[in-house]
Amino acid sequence: MFGILRTLWLTFLHMAHRRVTVGYPEHKPPLPPRYRGRIILSRDPDGMERCVACNLCAVACPVDCISLQKAEQDGRWYPDYFRINFSRCIFCGMCEESCPTYAIQLTPDFEMSEYLRPNLVYEKDDLLISGTGKYPDYSFYHVAGVKIPGKDKGEAERESPPIDLHTLLP
Amino acid sequence: MTAPMPVIIGVTLAILLGLATFLTWFERRLLGLWQDRYGPNRVGPGGILQAVADGIKILFKQDWIPPFADRGVFVLAPAIGMMTVLLSFGVVPVTAFWSIAGTLNVGLLFVLAMMGMGVYGVVLAGWASNSKYALLGSMRAAAQMISYEVFMGLSVLGVVMQAGSFTMRDIVLAQSGLWFVVPQALGCAVFTLAGIAETHRLPFDLPEGENELGAGFHTEYSGMKFGMFFLAEYAGVVLVSALLVTLYLGGWEGPLLPPALWFALKTSALVCLFVLLRAALPRPRYDQLMALGWKILLPLSLLNIAATGAILLLHAPG
Ligand code: SF4
Ligand code: SF4
Repeated sequence: MFGILRTLWLTFLHMAHRRVTVGYPEHKPPLPPRYRGRIILSRDPDGMERCVACNLCAVACPVDCISLQKAEQDGRWYPDYFRINFSRCIFCGMCEESCPTYAIQLTPDFEMSEYLRPNLVYEKDDLLISGTGKYPDYSFYHVAGVKIPGKDKGEAERESPPIDLHTLLP
Repeated sequence: MTAPMPVIIGVTLAILLGLATFLTWFERRLLGLWQDRYGPNRVGPGGILQAVADGIKILFKQDWIPPFADRGVFVLAPAIGMMTVLLSFGVVPVTAFWSIAGTLNVGLLFVLAMMGMGVYGVVLAGWASNSKYALLGSMRAAAQMISYEVFMGLSVLGVVMQAGSFTMRDIVLAQSGLWFVVPQALGCAVFTLAGIAETHRLPFDLPEGENELGAGFHTEYSGMKFGMFFLAEYAGVVLVSALLVTLYLGGWEGPLLPPALWFALKTSALVCLFVLLRAALPRPRYDQLMALGWKILLPLSLLNIAATGAILLLHAPG
């Protein structure tokens, strides 16, 4: 009995408390930088596409909403097309975790409603940004042992030159 | 001084229906206030047009009757629910000069009878729906409302004894010295609880119990027929508040302000109390509800009658 009256009184006192609701369209809630929202494809510091079309993100995606095709130019791999169907994406971030080159990243933007479902299919043009996203200094080709124009084998960071097999001969 | 009867009826009806509609919004805002959130605040100033928007939406919904339902009774049930509540208002005296039948010499009995009829609305709704959740809900409603009606009737007997009349107007006039809430505190408490159970509002909304019964007795209802149940519930809240004011809180009496304003103020304060109950309390288990009724409220109200009778006899002249 007393407990019930106390509950009533405490609830009544809540009249003077601040409301916790954030009135969304007028007040945007502050989103942390690692919020999982709209997906982008980033570029490395040299302005080249980071994605090497390894397909790991497409494999990791639990709802199979990424589709891409590899193309090659001067030893660099890049996606010919890269398509994310956002009407299926569940914003789990698995693609970002699986990406070996930090190319695919989720951003704190969730306002992507559309009236037509096909408009939610984003092509590479829509996904690719001109910046580096969350990792300003990382460049995959500078640390990987792949040969590209202007960087031969063995010239990457913390990579020793390839061993001349002839010196190993007895 | 007295206005012509059609005017009184029309104005009362308009105010009542408007109030019930408005309450759907008001309750949600108030619940929001007590639960640290906003509630509907988008449509119109402060969200007040939300009630209108809901009304428009519910009016344009398909008026669907399930093929397995008993059509006639299915349509009749919400009308009964609404009608009994509205008829009960007939005997509530707003002021000494403004009431439809405030001088009816069996006024209080009429209210109790109408509340008894109100059970039919709920029970027939569940029965005609022909679905298990609705039937379970209406079975609970039948048990709950019939048993709480007993205590409701017993609890107001103290008031009747003190006032010496069943007429609502005389009951208010008898309170000009001291409001009955003081000598009849026990009866007032029992009446409040029974009133909540009678309107099946939280925390006594077991007939609806949405976490176990879908929506209880109105599971199969949609569109405006559901709206009728909804409005009847809110009108019922206003009715029980108005009855509490009339029977225990001195009706229209109060200093300075005009009588009608006093009546409105007291009634709205009680409506807010009803909302507070909903905001704060969880729903009891069904057997707890019945145990509370038969094991606590019934003896209490009998005690109240006996004590009131004894004291009145002791003070009786001669
Ligand atoms: S966030 Fe999850 S669902 Fe969306 S594309 Fe990446 S892996 Fe697929
Ligand atoms: S985005 Fe990353 S994981 Fe996906 S194909 Fe490109 S490099 Fe591979």
